[in-house]
Amino acid sequence: MNKEKLYDVVVIGGGPAGLAAALSADEKGASVLLIEREARLGGILKQCIHDGFGLVRFGKKMAGPEYAQTFIDKIEKSKVHISLLTFATSIEKCDDGVRLTLVNCDGVETIIAKSLVLSTGCRERTARQIAIHGTRPAGVYTAGSAQYYTNVLGYMPTKKCVILGSGDIGLIMARRLTLEGATVIGVYEAKPTPSGLTRNIHQCLHDFNIPLYTSQTVTRVFGKERLEAVEVTMVDENMCPIKGTSKIIECDSLILSVGLIPENELAESLNVACDNRTKGPVCDQNYMTMQDGIFVCGNALHVNDLVDYVSESGEGAGKSAAQYQNEKRRLVEINPDNSFLYVVPQRLNLEKPIDSVVMFFRSNIERGKTKLSVTVDDKEVYTKIYRALRPPEMERISIDFTKLPIDEKSVIKLSLKEVSK
Amino acid sequence: MNIVCIVCPNGCCIEVNRNGDQLEMSGNLCERGRKFVEAELTNPTRSLTTTMRSNSEIMPVIPVRTDGEIPKDMMFDVMAVINQGCVKVPVKCGDIVVKDILGTGCNMIATCSVNI
Ligand SMILES: Cc1cc2nc3c(=O)[nH]c(=O)nc-3n(C[C@H](O)[C@H](O)[C@H](O)COP(=O)(O)OP(=O)(O)OC[C@H]3O[C@@H](n4cnc5c(N)ncnc54)[C@H](O)[C@@H]3O)c2cc1C
Ligand code: SF4
Repeated sequence: MNKEKLYDVVVIGGGPAGLAAALSADEKGASVLLIEREARLGGILKQCIHDGFGLVRFGKKMAGPEYAQTFIDKIEKSKVHISLLTFATSIEKCDDGVRLTLVNCDGVETIIAKSLVLSTGCRERTARQIAIHGTRPAGVYTAGSAQYYTNVLGYMPTKKCVILGSGDIGLIMARRLTLEGATVIGVYEAKPTPSGLTRNIHQCLHDFNIPLYTSQTVTRVFGKERLEAVEVTMVDENMCPIKGTSKIIECDSLILSVGLIPENELAESLNVACDNRTKGPVCDQNYMTMQDGIFVCGNALHVNDLVDYVSESGEGAGKSAAQYQNEKRRLVEINPDNSFLYVVPQRLNLEKPIDSVVMFFRSNIERGKTKLSVTVDDKEVYTKIYRALRPPEMERISIDFTKLPIDEKSVIKLSLKEVSK
Repeated sequence: MNIVCIVCPNGCCIEVNRNGDQLEMSGNLCERGRKFVEAELTNPTRSLTTTMRSNSEIMPVIPVRTDGEIPKDMMFDVMAVINQGCVKVPVKCGDIVVKDILGTGCNMIATCSVNI
């Protein structure tokens, strides 16, 4: 029988998370295989041609492909094995770690990985996941596909469009399509507040006089083969359409920017426990999921708005994967109250360093001056005052948990409280 | 008057008041915010990112950006020039593909490397 190839670390997904993970595992001396299903490395950054990447990490504004290129240049000089146009179709646990089935133009191959890093990114919610009535004509795209057509394939998906949802990708596409000569009639958001970053509302919409309508949504689409018009309607606090407020808008495309969810089919096949709030796997401070030896980073873990933090999580996951020895963990649960949209990580492994635990969180609603407090057995171990918190803006903190005695029975809590001025 | 600083992801909302010829500002977390507001009120500038046709076998268009900021009201003029151009491969990330575009003092540079 053929001997299956064995790697210390296999990384699935060649976006910024996977690139950083593979590089850091390589630096720690592990043998590394990086698998990417597309023909080029870089993941979603290949189509994110706008700038604003790398401010935290490199201190300058870079375009997405440029940010990716710095890592691609490094990885091409490293010992990392790269397998492009390769799809990981299945994974199963085995005695030595995990066995992966890979499919590419050479056929099907199985390999063994002592530890695995999932960096498969996220996917967009589609029309099927939101309720719109009417026909199913051509011309309804997700913002990400519109971005792919325009920025990678080089053709315009629309002349005149409506954007539904005020997520960052939609805002960025509103500007992009306008610059290329299309008319963006407006951005419609069902919620009372926009979900994208404030700066994107300014530089993408205000700069180009593109109107933003909140508490309004698309309720119907018209057109036989190609989209001809959409119906927009105001909604109340419960997102229910208000009768008599509909109007019809002629357009050739409807672009959906209604959010992203982590891509976790592979994780699910491994029965990795997922967090309902992030929709990604539950992990500890070393990015290990609840399955020993399986690590996760980047948008597969939770949807990030800054690529700099994606790379940071990739580096953490890659390093931990390279050092993985199948040792027992001592896990304590981290309990955010319901003032958070989510907190990552969800567990603390007491067998590993806990003196600078990096945590990411999002507030569930917009808040003014707010105090974040982290307690261990009801004693404060960390506090921070924020001027304001908004759900679209992810916050990063680093906590020293060695300050207080802590064991497996400890209760770690996080809370947000608005403080009066 | 409130101006949102777009220089970094913090997106500070800066309150601006004119006091004689002095501009009083609050809400900016750093000095770059002050500079941004001053530019916004006199000569607003933006960086421009777009794509340019190329003769590459694998990439019909190549991402490019200005290496500095151009006047905001020249964005569409610059787009028109870029849409006439073509990037010849091989090209390296950071290579200049159009020099001093429309006399703005900014070059257009490629933002990825393409060999074929
Ligand atoms: C449209 C958009 C705009 C953004 N704008 C900004 C911005 O302005 N500034 C900023 O800092 N950040 C921005 N971000 C965020 C940042 O770019 C992303 O968070 C980051 O790229 C995520 O990296 P990733 O490696 O986790 O995922 P991805 O980049 O999505 O990479 C995942 C990779 O995994 C591969 N893959 C998936 N499944 C498999 C499989 N089974 N087998 C093999 N390969 C697989 C995919 O092909 C892909 O290449 C933006 C994100 C998006 C989507
Ligand atoms: S003022 Fe400073 S911190 Fe605030 S958005 Fe501008 S550059 Fe960022």
